Amino acid sequence: MADVMLLSRIQFAANISFHILFPTITIALCWFLVYFKVRFHISKHPVWMRVYRFWVKVFALTFALGVVSGITMSFQFGTNWPGFMEKVGNIAGPLLAYEVMTAFFLEATFLGIMLFGINRVPSWVHTGATLLVAFGTSMSAFWILSLNSWMHTPTGFEMRDGVAHAVDWFAIIFNPSFPYRLGHMLLASGLTVCFLIAGISAYRVLRGDNKKAPNIALRTAVYVAAIIAPLQILMGDMHGLNTFEHQPQKVAAMEGVWDTTKGAPLLLFAIPDEEQRTNHMEIAIPKLASIILTHDPEGEIPGLNEFEGKHPPVKPVFFGFRIMVGLGMLMLLSAWVASFLLWRKKTLSKGFLMFFVGMTFSGWVATLAGWYVTEIGRQPYLVNGVLTTAEAVTDIPSGNVAFSLALYLIVYAFLLVAYIKTLFLMARKSVEIEEYSLSELASKPQPMKEVTA
Amino acid sequence: MILDSQLPTIFAVLMAFSVLLYAMLDGYDLGVGLLLPMENEGQRDKMIASIGPFWDANETWLVLAVGLLLVAFPSAHNVILRELYLPTAFLLIGLILRGVSFDFRAKVIAEHKARWDRLFKLGSLVATASQGYMLGLFVMGFEHSFTAVLFGLLSAIGVTMAYALIGACWLIMKAEGELQLRAIKWARITGVVSFVGILAVCITNPIINVFVLERWTNPPLAYIFATVPALCFAFFVIGHATLKRLPLKDDAGCWLPFVLCVCIFTTSFIGLALSFYPWVVPQQLTIFEAASAPESLRIMLYGALVVIPIIFAYTLFAYRVFWGKVGDLRYY
Repeated sequence: MADVMLLSRIQFAANISFHILFPTITIALCWFLVYFKVRFHISKHPVWMRVYRFWVKVFALTFALGVVSGITMSFQFGTNWPGFMEKVGNIAGPLLAYEVMTAFFLEATFLGIMLFGINRVPSWVHTGATLLVAFGTSMSAFWILSLNSWMHTPTGFEMRDGVAHAVDWFAIIFNPSFPYRLGHMLLASGLTVCFLIAGISAYRVLRGDNKKAPNIALRTAVYVAAIIAPLQILMGDMHGLNTFEHQPQKVAAMEGVWDTTKGAPLLLFAIPDEEQRTNHMEIAIPKLASIILTHDPEGEIPGLNEFEGKHPPVKPVFFGFRIMVGLGMLMLLSAWVASFLLWRKKTLSKGFLMFFVGMTFSGWVATLAGWYVTEIGRQPYLVNGVLTTAEAVTDIPSGNVAFSLALYLIVYAFLLVAYIKTLFLMARKSVEIEEYSLSELASKPQPMKEVTA
Repeated sequence: MILDSQLPTIFAVLMAFSVLLYAMLDGYDLGVGLLLPMENEGQRDKMIASIGPFWDANETWLVLAVGLLLVAFPSAHNVILRELYLPTAFLLIGLILRGVSFDFRAKVIAEHKARWDRLFKLGSLVATASQGYMLGLFVMGFEHSFTAVLFGLLSAIGVTMAYALIGACWLIMKAEGELQLRAIKWARITGVVSFVGILAVCITNPIINVFVLERWTNPPLAYIFATVPALCFAFFVIGHATLKRLPLKDDAGCWLPFVLCVCIFTTSFIGLALSFYPWVVPQQLTIFEAASAPESLRIMLYGALVVIPIIFAYTLFAYRVFWGKVGDLRYY
């Protein structure tokens, strides 16, 4: 049993970690595409169309990877976690169903028009299709984060014969951690895309592509990052306070607090030791954790020892949190400095451009680290206080799970390499991708019937 | 008002409907993937362009079908996916490979394009064969025996052929010239094999499942039921005769094989549904035993009643936008 549980957890983590990479990009990238297209409508300047054309291709590729890895997710619940649907299916089911009905069909259908229909529909219909795809991706985030948040802060239900039954749908959908988690994830998606656009554009500039398009994309991305990076830090702080209220054991692991402490320090670095239940090599700022979490230098933070046997593994949560926050600070700093330089000097130095190339996928790392903090931080529960992970796992032979896991890992590693290589290949071919003649974009639709080969 | 006791049946119908739509819609784009000619790049481009704007939305019907099974009949979902754990993993890998190949092929350097096309074809084959195998095991009531595996393999061939058939018929409608002639040839071959496959299921199913035999031989309902296979075989005969005469002047009737194919899929599916209702897991679980709590089904039903007509409206809009023969459909 332990084997199946471990393998199923690794498989689920592998699937969802691989999957989340792509929606993290598509959710915000589509809003960028809407912005580029609208700028083109207003200014009629072809550079905006060129920017759109390059990034819509990145979007198409990313979206395809998101769709196929998402289909895998929809099967995972039943194959590996039958106990989840048995116990809380009455809650999880409708939320998933609404995601399919209000988001998946919308984005999938209008994606066809967005990608292939630009000279078959009037230009404003095409922009409308782009807007609907953006709306669809955000709706999808809305429903799935509602369900995920409910697993952290379950409300609006009652247990009858060991099965959860819905009592108040509004309380279920808008459960206490949902607004913070949704805001945090949408902003994470925004930052991820800013650094993706900045990184790929910087790469193009470094390779001597002196067209206007990469520069304008870089500028847009850096400015947007400079605005949303501080918002994200504020949102993260609010989310943390909400977690402190509802899941104090998770916060204790994030902060590495073993004994309940008044005036707890903020640990910049430490190595938590779960066997001796203490930290080694602490570098701390006195009282700061209490100030952040309770707004009082002498505020009390409950320690992990209060929750012995019912708190998450400390190391991954502790380090994941530091990676996320560290990258967030780096993003804020680099976005502000780059914005200032672009505003005053109009260009960035070669070194700074190389730094942005290095930061291309920093959003992915920060987002994954953040998800590991919150999801591992929920252990040993699957639904906080209602259902443990061990209760939900399947009883199929572990050999089958090992086999499917190996299969998925090979495919995912292959696809991830192919995706990143293709992105940079597209950046090198970008001039060719962006080129278009104005006749291709006639704003009047071509007659629908007589399209011949 | 809708009674609580009617909810399981309503959801069973909704689910059956999405499975059928999935089989037809993703069926034609999987079929096109199966038929990709590796020696002719121009035809491959045309074929893939013909399904480009649609495949993603088509696949969403699978997500809805599995989603409905998961949310409306959770205990059945658990049994079915546990029994079909490995075929499901293969199905997913197949769908992943073809879904991404579709996009990668258009973006990589020219020398690698053929590799992604091969992967697209392979992914389509793995996906269709797994679906057929899963259907075969379902009909066999998830029995663990050599016969069940054998029947699953036969069913894998049958379903793959049926998907290739509807894919070929789609191409007859969307293509012109040499590719259309090729598609007509493909349709004639896969049509014959699919016919034999469906006939084999019609004979085997009542032999294996006694309750199915009783249902189909018990008058007076049996007389009404008998019209379903009769219609199905009539569609095959008409289709075969049509394919012999195509293409006609001005491409008249190029849509007829596809419509007939839709009718064949529908009647075959109704035949299966009539055999197995109300079982959702044959002879283990009925839809009434497996259903979720009524308050959860109700809130989903209200959503579905509003949203599904909207989904239909914009799906029709998308098909209208891309109506007619596939031109030099390009990525913008």
